[in-house]
Amino acid sequence: MGVAETRISQLQDRVAGLGVPASAWNAKNRAAAIERLQSMGLPAPRDEYWRFTDPKSLNAIEAPNAALFDPKETDVFDTVDGLEIVFVDGVFDAAASDDLSGLNMSIERLSDAEGQDAHWAAECYGTLEAIGQTPVQRPFAALNTAYATDGMLIHVTGKVEKPVNITYRHANETSDAILHHVIKLEEGAELTLLENGPAAARFNKSCEVFVADRATFHHVRTQGRDHERRAVTHIFADLGTESVFKSFTLTANGALTRNECVLRLNGDDATAHVAGASVGDGDFHHDDTVFITHDAVGCESRQVFKKVLRNGATGVFQGKILVKPDAQKTDGYQISQSLLLDDDSQFLAKPELEIYADDVACSHGSTSGAIDEEALFYLCSRGVPKDQATDLLTLAFLAEAVDEIESDTLSDLIVEKLEGWLERHRQ
Amino acid sequence: MLEIKNLQVSLAEEDKEILKGVDLTVEAGKVHAIMGPNGSGKSTLSYVLSGKDGYEVTGGSASLDGEDLLELEPEERAAAGLFLAFQYPVEIPGVGNMTFLRTAVNAQRKARGEDEMSAAEFLKVVRERAKTLKIDADMLKRPVNVGFSGGEKKRNEILQMAMLEPKMCILDETDSGLDVDAMKLVSEGVNALRDEDRGFLVITHYQRLLDHIKPDVVHIMANGRIVKTGGPELALEVEQNGYADILAEVA
Repeated sequence: MGVAETRISQLQDRVAGLGVPASAWNAKNRAAAIERLQSMGLPAPRDEYWRFTDPKSLNAIEAPNAALFDPKETDVFDTVDGLEIVFVDGVFDAAASDDLSGLNMSIERLSDAEGQDAHWAAECYGTLEAIGQTPVQRPFAALNTAYATDGMLIHVTGKVEKPVNITYRHANETSDAILHHVIKLEEGAELTLLENGPAAARFNKSCEVFVADRATFHHVRTQGRDHERRAVTHIFADLGTESVFKSFTLTANGALTRNECVLRLNGDDATAHVAGASVGDGDFHHDDTVFITHDAVGCESRQVFKKVLRNGATGVFQGKILVKPDAQKTDGYQISQSLLLDDDSQFLAKPELEIYADDVACSHGSTSGAIDEEALFYLCSRGVPKDQATDLLTLAFLAEAVDEIESDTLSDLIVEKLEGWLERHRQ
Repeated sequence: MLEIKNLQVSLAEEDKEILKGVDLTVEAGKVHAIMGPNGSGKSTLSYVLSGKDGYEVTGGSASLDGEDLLELEPEERAAAGLFLAFQYPVEIPGVGNMTFLRTAVNAQRKARGEDEMSAAEFLKVVRERAKTLKIDADMLKRPVNVGFSGGEKKRNEILQMAMLEPKMCILDETDSGLDVDAMKLVSEGVNALRDEDRGFLVITHYQRLLDHIKPDVVHIMANGRIVKTGGPELALEVEQNGYADILAEVA
C-alpha cells in the first residue's frame, strides 16, 4: 500500500464511528467537507506542517484516556456577567446554560438549527475552513466541519454588551468531542466571546468568524488544566474594512494542544491581533500554528506568543504572515518566545514571512531563554524570596502576550490564573 | 554591627583569589568609606556580603549583629537588614516599580514576622519618600529601571533603601554616572537615612561623594585587603596624591 492509500484507509477507520447529522441546509456543507477530508487523508508525522507535533493521538480511532482533574476553584470568568453556555464532554447542558437569547444577536445551537428547513449559516458553515485548506491542508478542521455534533451559531447585528461565555467541562475519561461554532458579525457589530475549560479527553473544535466592515470581535479563552487532555482547535476568520479581531488564549497543562488560527484581512485598514500565553510542566505539548494573510491595504496584524516550559515540556510555534501583492502599507508583527525553566524543556519555532508587496513593514522574532540571573539576584537582594522573584519575572515575561487582551477586567482574571499556576508549579 | 573577619574569596569558576583576608567592622550609626584602585576587590566585597552567586568564600566570616551572613540566602540577608545599592541597577522589563517595591517591603516584613503594609499605607509612604528624591509618579509606574537615566536609577536605589529601612547599607559606587546635581540629591537621600541605629559602608573611587556623605572612617583597599584605615583626611590624601604613595608606604 502506498502512503496515500495508508492515509485513506486510516481515515476510513478514524471516521467509521462518527455520524453526519441530517440537515436540509447543511448537508451539502457537510458532504463537501467529507470530500475535502477524503482527498487529503489524516496527517502524518513526516508532513511538514506536523513536523513538530505528532498527530498520532489525534489520528487514533479512540480518544486516549484522560484522567479527570478537579482544580477545586471557580471558573476563570465566573465573575463576568455574560451569557452562560455549558457543554459537558461536548454535549450541551441546558440546565447549566442561560436562555439562548440576547439583545442585538441571535444565538442557537447547531444541532437545533440543522433541523430547520433553512438557515443563515448555510452560506457560512465550512466556507472559511474550506478556504483555509490552501495553501496548507488542515485535515482536522475538515473532519470537524464534516462530523461536528453541535456548536453555537451566533449572528450579531449590533453591539452585544454582555460577553458570550462558553464553558467546556470534562466529565468522562474517554470523551471525544467535536464542536463547530459559526459567528457572523454584521457591519459595525461587536461581540466578546469567552471560552474556558478542558472540554473532553479529546476535543476537536472549530470556530469560523465572519467580521464585516467596522465590526469588532474580541475573544479570550483558557484551555483547562486537565493534564492528560488533548485538543486540536481551529479559528478561521475573515476581516472586512476597518474591522477588529483580537484573540487571546491561555493554555495551562494538557498532554497535547494544537491551536491553529487562520486569518484573512480582506478589507482595508483591518486589525488582527492573536496572542497566547501557555504554561506547561512535564508532559505538556503545546503548538500554536498561525497563518495570517494580508489581502488589503493598510492592515495591521500582530502575533504575540509566549511559553513557559519546565520539566521536559515542549512548545511549538509555526507562524506565517503572507502579504499579497496589493496589500501595501501592511504592518505585520510576529514574536514567539519561550522561557525554559530547566534544561529538559524545548521550544521549536518556525516563523515565516512571505511578502509580495513592496511597501510594507513586517518584523518577526523568536527567542528561547532562561530566567535572567542578574534580575533574579536584584529582586532577591531586596528581600523577595527566590521562588516569588522567579514568578514575578515569569509573569513579566508573559506580560506582552497578556497585554494583548483589551479588557483590564479580563486580563486581571488571566493574570490571577497565571499567578496561581506558577505558585503551584514552583521548583 | 557589620563584622568582617579575615574574609577570603575566590571566583567560583576559576581559581582566582579576589579577597585575601579582609577585616572590617562597621558600628551602628557610623559611615565607613572604602576607597581603592580598580580591581582591588571593592565591588566583590559588596557582592559577597549580599550573596551573589559566582563567588566562593574560602575563609573568614561576615556577620550582621552576630548573625552569620554567609550562611543566608540573599533574601534572608535583606530581611536581616542588609541592603546593597547597586553600582549598575538592573532593568527589569514587565515588573512595575511600585509592584516591586511593595513586594519587597512586604516580603521582608513577612520574613521578620511583621504585618504586611496595606496598599493605602504603602502608597502614602512611597509617595512621600519618592517626593524628596524627586521621583515622580511616572517613574513609580514604569517597569523597574527600564528607560531610567543613570541618575534616575541611583535615585531609585535610594528610594528602595528608604522604603526597606535596612540596618546596614552598602553603597557600591553610587556616585558613578552622576552629575553634580544628581550626586547632591542622592547624597541628601542617604544623609536623611543616617541614624544612630544604622551603619553605612560607602564604596567609591572619588573623594567627591564623601564631601556630601561625610564618613567617620576611611579605608583604603588594595589587592584584596584593607591596607590603610584613617579618618576623613585619608580621602583627601587620595584625592591629592592618588593611591601610589599609600600603596608604596604599606608595601
